[in-house]
Amino acid sequence: MKRKPAFGVEGGPRGEKRRFTTISGDEIASLYSARSEEITDSSGPGEFPFTRGIHPGMYRERLWTMRQFSGFGSAHQTNQRFKFLLAQGQQGLSVAFDLPTLMGLDSDHPLAAGEVGKCGVAIDSLRDMEDLFRDISLAEISTSMTINSPAAVLLAMYVAVAEKQGVSRDNLRGTLQNDILKEYIAQKEWIYPPRPAMRLVVDSIRFCTRELPLYNGISISGYHIREAGSTAAQELGFTLRNGIEYVQWLIDSGLDVDDFAPRLSFFFNAHSDFFEEISKFRAARRLWARLMKERFGALDTRSMKCRFHTQTAGCSLTAQQPHNNIVRTTIQALAGVLGGANSLHTNSYDEALALPTAESALLALRTQQVIAYESEVTNTVDPLGGSYFVESLTNRLEEKALEYIEKIDLLGGMIPAIEQGFPQREIGEASYAYQEALEKQEKIVVGVNAYVADGVESIPTLKIGNDIREKQQAKLSQLRNERDSGLVKQRLATLRSSAQGNANLMPPILDAVRDYATVGEISDALKDVFGAYVEPNF
Amino acid sequence: MSKLNIRILIAKPGLDGHDRGAKVVARALRDAGMEVIYTGLRQTVDHIVTAAIQEDVNAIGLSILSGAHMHLFQSLLKALRKRDAQDILVFGGGIIPDDDIPVLKAAGVQAIFQPGTHTKEIVHFLRQNVQ
Repeated sequence: MKRKPAFGVEGGPRGEKRRFTTISGDEIASLYSARSEEITDSSGPGEFPFTRGIHPGMYRERLWTMRQFSGFGSAHQTNQRFKFLLAQGQQGLSVAFDLPTLMGLDSDHPLAAGEVGKCGVAIDSLRDMEDLFRDISLAEISTSMTINSPAAVLLAMYVAVAEKQGVSRDNLRGTLQNDILKEYIAQKEWIYPPRPAMRLVVDSIRFCTRELPLYNGISISGYHIREAGSTAAQELGFTLRNGIEYVQWLIDSGLDVDDFAPRLSFFFNAHSDFFEEISKFRAARRLWARLMKERFGALDTRSMKCRFHTQTAGCSLTAQQPHNNIVRTTIQALAGVLGGANSLHTNSYDEALALPTAESALLALRTQQVIAYESEVTNTVDPLGGSYFVESLTNRLEEKALEYIEKIDLLGGMIPAIEQGFPQREIGEASYAYQEALEKQEKIVVGVNAYVADGVESIPTLKIGNDIREKQQAKLSQLRNERDSGLVKQRLATLRSSAQGNANLMPPILDAVRDYATVGEISDALKDVFGAYVEPNF
Repeated sequence: MSKLNIRILIAKPGLDGHDRGAKVVARALRDAGMEVIYTGLRQTVDHIVTAAIQEDVNAIGLSILSGAHMHLFQSLLKALRKRDAQDILVFGGGIIPDDDIPVLKAAGVQAIFQPGTHTKEIVHFLRQNVQ
């Protein structure tokens, strides 16, 4: 491999006048000492504000859950991948849905052309969901579902599959992403305007609180905010402010904070700046605990614990020299573990090119297993706690996140902030600043703006055939012929009238799902009442 | 047309909501002195072609990270031919496997920029290839 001569050996590629900054652009000192920072937080792990971890013994008590996000093609194909990953030691499932499903469209919708089964599994009806979990007992596995706008529909399908398997609701474990606010901010898979969309979130979380005691009805997600180009502080600030918004709406719906808060969960990015990320996770726990106690008056300590899943940074992966991604992912995953993650996904090295092959997905899982079982980093709780540098960064990130939270409070909450484009603009500025830093070589990505190789290093990638759309369409038309269409029509009419009122929408959605109404039909029925969201131009 | 007023339409077709790349490229082209129209998310191919003709652009850049690139690029090229607008240059970027690039180029896509591309490279390409 040839090194580009412009980045000579002397002094490395960055030149003389280098500023030393985190990947988020914050200046850092060359040495931190007892004089640099006043460390006022002397709490231990398992103690408020949980900076050092939510459990006293952390990984000695229980390792993180190794949960690899996967889904592609048909429900049957994804079911095979799930069984493969479970046989290799994965402990929880995590379903990736295709774009039509994420957008509440059936596979035969004109806008679904070219997208069916491409970036996740295609789910149109309960029939697909039954195939997805065929021979996998929902009593024995926990399942995370990355779905937002139609989250209530997919949750209803999961509950309906459990009914068919004879599994009690008390035993259902898993997490629904169900975080609609970050969709308007970053991921942008919306259907309805924010306020009716928030009602669906509240209804589904209320359903979980009452019916599914072991299930997390929401995963408040910074991952996508970071992927869209935010800084670490923005990821933290916007995510926790979204969390505040959900808590406030749930309290306003008549719940006591301690009724639902213990089952709120979070999802953060594990990016490339090792110490900044570790500090971000620590700051997240401390800040959330304080917010829950001081702002919302939570009394149950479980309500104050920021339990989180983390995934290594997809946006850090490069198409150039793809094997380098294995190393990036390992460092990022280690930051997640040293930051006290409760659940982890490691990306596959081929994901700047395509969805992962079985081989690359297995290597990603093995990366976690090597960290868990060979590196011995799990022996000690929060091993970097007390480091002057990490404590200082933790304080700084907490402060900066709090500033964002206060700014959004002043704007009147997250929905007005979104309507004014505040978080969207902040992220846009940060992502452009990072791109500029790359182009000026102030930040280096190996193989991209330094140590560039001649020629292309070709690796095998997963191919998803185009016949999946025809197959899915055929399955749909068979379903539409076989089901009781009069009954489906009636269910959808009931749903529409419930949406016009104030009652919880989960029961009518569950009824519609059980009678094989499709994701598209249910989403359309709600759209008739709620309208569709159109993003303003920021 | 003078190279000073190169006009570019940056478009997000299909259902994909990842707009970080499209926005960064749009801004970089603008900073390089080009006139850039960004369509916003989830545009149909017909809408993109209509906008390109109305705005009299020299090139259309599609950003696709959802895996639907084969279908969407080919539909766009077909629609441009149908509207007799094949003089508009088509380029793109996103999550696009190496193997698909020759196929897209053979179909008439002039360039594909994968993740990690320097924006100056895109600027240079457009200055060289837009008449």
